[in-house]
Amino acid sequence: MDLFEYQARDIFEKHGVPVLGGVVATTPDEAREGAEKLGGGTVVVKAQVKTGGRGKAGGVKLAHSPEEAAQKAEEILGMDIKGHTVHRVMVAAGAKIAEEFYFSVLLDRSNRNYLAMCSVEGGMEIEQLAVERPEALAKVAVDPIVGIDDAKAAEIVDAAGFAEDLKAPVADAIRKLWTVFTAEDATLVEVNPLVRTEDGKIIALDGKVTLDENASEVRHPDHEALEDKDATDPLEAKAKANGLNYVKLDGEVGIIGNGAGLVMSTLDVVAYAGEAHGGVKPANFLDIGGGANSQVMANGLDVILHDPQVKSVFVNVFGGITACDEVAKGIVGALEILGDEATKPLVVRLDGNNVALGRQILADANHPLVTLAETMDGGAEKAAELANA
Amino acid sequence: MSIYLNSDSKIIVQGITGGMGAKHTALMLDSGAQIVGGVNARKAGTTVEHVDQHGHDVVLPVFGTVKEAMAETGANVSVLFVPPAFTKDAAIEAVDAEMPLIVVITEGVPVQDTAEVWAYLQGKSTRMIGPNCPGIITPGESLAGITPHTITGKGPVGLVSKSGTLTYQMMYELKDFGFSTAIGIGGDPIVGTTHIDALEAFENDPETKAIVMIGEIGGDAEERAAAYIAEHVTKPVVGYVAGFTAPEGKTMGHAGAIVSGSAGTAQAKKEALEAVGVKVGKTPSETAELMREILQGL
Repeated sequence: MDLFEYQARDIFEKHGVPVLGGVVATTPDEAREGAEKLGGGTVVVKAQVKTGGRGKAGGVKLAHSPEEAAQKAEEILGMDIKGHTVHRVMVAAGAKIAEEFYFSVLLDRSNRNYLAMCSVEGGMEIEQLAVERPEALAKVAVDPIVGIDDAKAAEIVDAAGFAEDLKAPVADAIRKLWTVFTAEDATLVEVNPLVRTEDGKIIALDGKVTLDENASEVRHPDHEALEDKDATDPLEAKAKANGLNYVKLDGEVGIIGNGAGLVMSTLDVVAYAGEAHGGVKPANFLDIGGGANSQVMANGLDVILHDPQVKSVFVNVFGGITACDEVAKGIVGALEILGDEATKPLVVRLDGNNVALGRQILADANHPLVTLAETMDGGAEKAAELANA
Repeated sequence: MSIYLNSDSKIIVQGITGGMGAKHTALMLDSGAQIVGGVNARKAGTTVEHVDQHGHDVVLPVFGTVKEAMAETGANVSVLFVPPAFTKDAAIEAVDAEMPLIVVITEGVPVQDTAEVWAYLQGKSTRMIGPNCPGIITPGESLAGITPHTITGKGPVGLVSKSGTLTYQMMYELKDFGFSTAIGIGGDPIVGTTHIDALEAFENDPETKAIVMIGEIGGDAEERAAAYIAEHVTKPVVGYVAGFTAPEGKTMGHAGAIVSGSAGTAQAKKEALEAVGVKVGKTPSETAELMREILQGL
């Protein structure tokens, strides 16, 4: 889960990382109050969107009074920045910046450890810096057991080439950012820019944090409050409430399958089949897991049939541990539970354990909406055809 | 022959008394695997009862620690059905006991926990498969995990996959040929055994004549495997990659299955594999067909 800047700021503050005062606002009035709370002087009003380039898009504005902060908030709220609507701004205390630096620590999948990156040239996009001046970006591997201790922090600031007098305060900020990384179970903590103010303070001015959702589930119940409910698709929210693993996509063929890999593969196969049927595409990812009993199947179908874009549904299940007859009973049971609410054609492909019995159960039920498919490719073809009818 | 697991493997189950642990202990026994006991500190000294593949009653001892279980039973494989919050400690306990192979089935393990376990087992004698995986099966010999043992039997194909159900699907499509070993390495961002590890083992396994490699979006494991194949693998390899239609920035079921910016796309993985001469199927069935042609030509 990616956090907004204001959420990252709050988490930084919680773990002692030096930040400026900041207040989140969803209306101009709240922005005015926020600016007053911060002392009534100069503030920066910043669009809160989970994408880069908001400065260039006009989403970051200076305001010299609470009244002006309200005006700027009015201008920024509702803006569209690269497809993201601005629902919130952060009113942040102003600072006189002398120098801008960069720091991040992230999960390094390839090396199965963590990577700290640091530069005395901050402010610009880090991808750009990495390409244009790779020598200016220090990269230091971090052992997951040792972490960023004093020695590792010193190594990072040395590698980045900080001036002597800055090494200690920057290393201290890095140690605290490491605390954020581990205490909150992040996979990314990035500060860009990390600044030195004219009065000599080191401050994390803008932060980006990505949290590991597995860890949030296991040991951070407080992380649920950080979810962006506004941006969550209503069907995704409904699926989540039912414990389903669902991702809304932009197509016409609803997909239900078991196992993440098989479902991903099903989306691909449907997209290929759709090329010959008016370009129809998969409407969603939905993994109902191993169990696939009637209620789980009904919950899944319920979500998919409420997607107005869906024209047909492809149920693609491989019976592994769960036998196909159980899955078939699940489908028949789900259609009973849904009754008149089931209105779209269903193509069902079953394979694996007890497949003959499973197909027999569906054939006997003889539901007018259900078509049986022999193979995954054939089922995708049929579902695409029905979606384009 | 096979890789990592054979009929001599003696398996314990960490979490043998839990729901998943009990269910799959029964299925592993039914496959003919030698399950010799389990671990649950709170139920040490008790036993669990199951039935083996011949219908005979089996009484399995529950031990307090992995170390004790190994000393008493000679176990050399441990399968973990431990809730995600406790997986790290259970895995580290097995590493400390010098368990040669641990198979972590658990889904939802915090990635920092896995990173820590991975760092911890460096330089030690343990191989880890998983987490978030279906485990490993050597058909007709042994099963350490949740792969259905009824799909197919022994044969010349080696299979390594990030996905459980695509493993089952591929075994089913090629059931008339059979498999030397099929290993599900897991769909998390960090896993213990990689495609490369399995490719190396299959290359060295005389029973394996050809290899199917299944990948999915996220990370660069498939690209690295492609580079490895070019240098080190002489046996024919057929590939499949899932997730061409996955949108950027969305996790597709598996924690590691995410396209980040332009990194980790299925297209890039397919191209990397094809660039080193691996035939990549457009669908699982086409992939099976490609393997079928190779096997028929052997």
